[in-house]
Amino acid sequence: MYRYDELDQAFVDQRVAEFADQTRRFLAGELSEDEFRGLRLRNGLYIQRHAPMLRIAIPYGLLSTRQLRKLGEIAERFDRGYGHFTTRQNLQLNWPRLEQVPEILRELATVQMHSIQTSGNCVRNVTADHLAGIAPDELDDPRPYCEIVRQWATLNPEFTYLPRKFKIAITGSPADRAASEVHDIGLHMRRDAEGAIGFQVLVGGGLGRTPIIGRVIREFLPLPDLLSYLEAILRVYNRHGRRDNIHKARIKILVRSLGVERFREQVEAEWLASRASATRLSPAEVDRVRAHFTPPAYESLPNQDVSAGREPQFQAWYRYNTREHRVPGYRAVFISLKAHGHNPGDMTSAQMASVAALADRLSFGAVRVTHNQNLLLGDVRQSDLYALWGELRTLGLAMPNIGTLTDMIACPGLDFCSLANAGTLGVARQIQAQFNDLDYLYDLGDIEIKMSGCMNGCGHHHVGHIGILGVDKHGEEWYQITLGGSVNGFTALGEVIGPSVPQAEVAPTIERLVEVYRARREDGERFVDTLRRIGLQPFKERAYAIHSAAA
Amino acid sequence: MRSILRRRELVADDWRYLSEVHDERGASGTVRGAALIIPLVELRADREFWLARPGPLGVRLSPVDNVEELEPDLPRLALVAAEFPGPGDGRGFSQGRILRTRLGFEGELRAVGAGVKQDLIFLMARCGFDSFELAPGQTLESALKAYTRYTVAYQPGAPLSSIMMQRH
Repeated sequence: MYRYDELDQAFVDQRVAEFADQTRRFLAGELSEDEFRGLRLRNGLYIQRHAPMLRIAIPYGLLSTRQLRKLGEIAERFDRGYGHFTTRQNLQLNWPRLEQVPEILRELATVQMHSIQTSGNCVRNVTADHLAGIAPDELDDPRPYCEIVRQWATLNPEFTYLPRKFKIAITGSPADRAASEVHDIGLHMRRDAEGAIGFQVLVGGGLGRTPIIGRVIREFLPLPDLLSYLEAILRVYNRHGRRDNIHKARIKILVRSLGVERFREQVEAEWLASRASATRLSPAEVDRVRAHFTPPAYESLPNQDVSAGREPQFQAWYRYNTREHRVPGYRAVFISLKAHGHNPGDMTSAQMASVAALADRLSFGAVRVTHNQNLLLGDVRQSDLYALWGELRTLGLAMPNIGTLTDMIACPGLDFCSLANAGTLGVARQIQAQFNDLDYLYDLGDIEIKMSGCMNGCGHHHVGHIGILGVDKHGEEWYQITLGGSVNGFTALGEVIGPSVPQAEVAPTIERLVEVYRARREDGERFVDTLRRIGLQPFKERAYAIHSAAA
Repeated sequence: MRSILRRRELVADDWRYLSEVHDERGASGTVRGAALIIPLVELRADREFWLARPGPLGVRLSPVDNVEELEPDLPRLALVAAEFPGPGDGRGFSQGRILRTRLGFEGELRAVGAGVKQDLIFLMARCGFDSFELAPGQTLESALKAYTRYTVAYQPGAPLSSIMMQRH
């Protein structure tokens, strides 16, 4: 993984000093609330319902065990002993004290971490496939390019005060496990006829209030032009994106109002005009960064069936929580942060320390954060899986539910976030309780539930097979349900099935929806396949069959 | 008289805005020949007059203006001012960058407006701005700090070369 050199370290240390000075000036009354807001947001610090919330960047979801241990220590020392992993592959602390944030940042800097640009109207954490570098279906590892883009975007003098936040995802695999088509910019790695690396460029995807799927504006962008082309896109956006209405300020609205063709023409014209003076990515820099992502020292091992003859619980865990690896003899292992009775994505300091120890022993000292709010050990020997399972079980991290209905995404909702309308975490518990039978979950198969507590859509509800959106009705929490959204190589936005339902009816309604699937599915069909084949109507009819009072 | 931060020094501003001068178009008057900043709309309205006037000429852009419009007149302009109206409006950064990199403007590039504060000056400088009309309440001391806060940056832009350049 990427290691800072003295220049990277000097930069982060100087950023910490700058933010410490800004915090000091705010606390001394030299900066108003208003002045401080824009500054703290660009450093990941929100003022939330109960306390500040600090969002720590985990670039493209990759952590060393040293970093994970430090996160655990920080959560223990400055917070309440846990953190929350997000759909942006970041970590949120919910209870830090404002005056301690500079100290937290100093601690983070000792392990080459920071919270730069994890919020505010600027380029956010660049995200990637959690199976980057190990997926059998991958063209090339996207992470070196994520790192290059991260550096380019970090305190970029021209693009730190954009009309609105800006999210970039890069994927090297057709399965698109990075949800790249719902990002402001999605980059899909491609090779040209000579085998040279480049990118298909999508622009204008996004969720939130106005969900839109990104559109291709360039089929192949050669690698040396990566930064100059990003600059052209960002420049067109910075100059022409709307600043008069926060709900219309994302690049997707600009692309939609100009039309993708005119937008593309403007970007290409800007690119051609500026290219000569823009940064061209040199082979030396690409090689330098790529050298940080060379594969670990895999042993030469055969593939083996390690689940045969083992107890059914292990077999279930193996089937649901591990994935094929491109190197024989290895598997990728999900660490489920979706144990029933717990908040999705939450992890305690003790668990972080224990997982770090496991990763040191069994997975080359690296841990990945997935955008589904789980962790992943990327490189585990198949022969170690049984022992690993045992250890994860004692840590409460072996819930064998990855890819099932209870592996749901949920934002922190009303319990923490000042934007939320609804207590998503309570609903998550309700769903976990309703679907607590593993055999039933396995029978239902691959169903993605994604839940957001408000229109901003941090929980990606638009692209859930079942999407749940909290809405406020005269001070009460109600929930709007959508069906048929998806990401992972086929991006679609869900459709609202009808009137929203009260809080207590969310899990029962989902139960009725999956009953339709069970009754109508054909062999091997997933929930979303049956839905696409038979259409929304049978689901709509059944959803409200019992609860007719919904308004 | 207004003071401005120019090349890291607080100096008396030797430029005047058109709104501060009333007899520019008159036949006489002391300001004829003085350094004058006019809004882009004025330049547009009577380009020949302004370009032919004696004395240094500057143009002030608002955030919505297309900086490319100045291209043919840049050889005549000794100053361009771009406005940062308040926190969050970053269009001036792109205007500055385009002037310096693509259009090759070498005159004074001035940041003006309520957004010209110490925490943004470093970004402005790296987009090519070399003079600043500090917002009310900003001190020279605090503004100067902005220049020395960072010794490294990931992107090219005065006064630093990019980290990438330093590496290779």
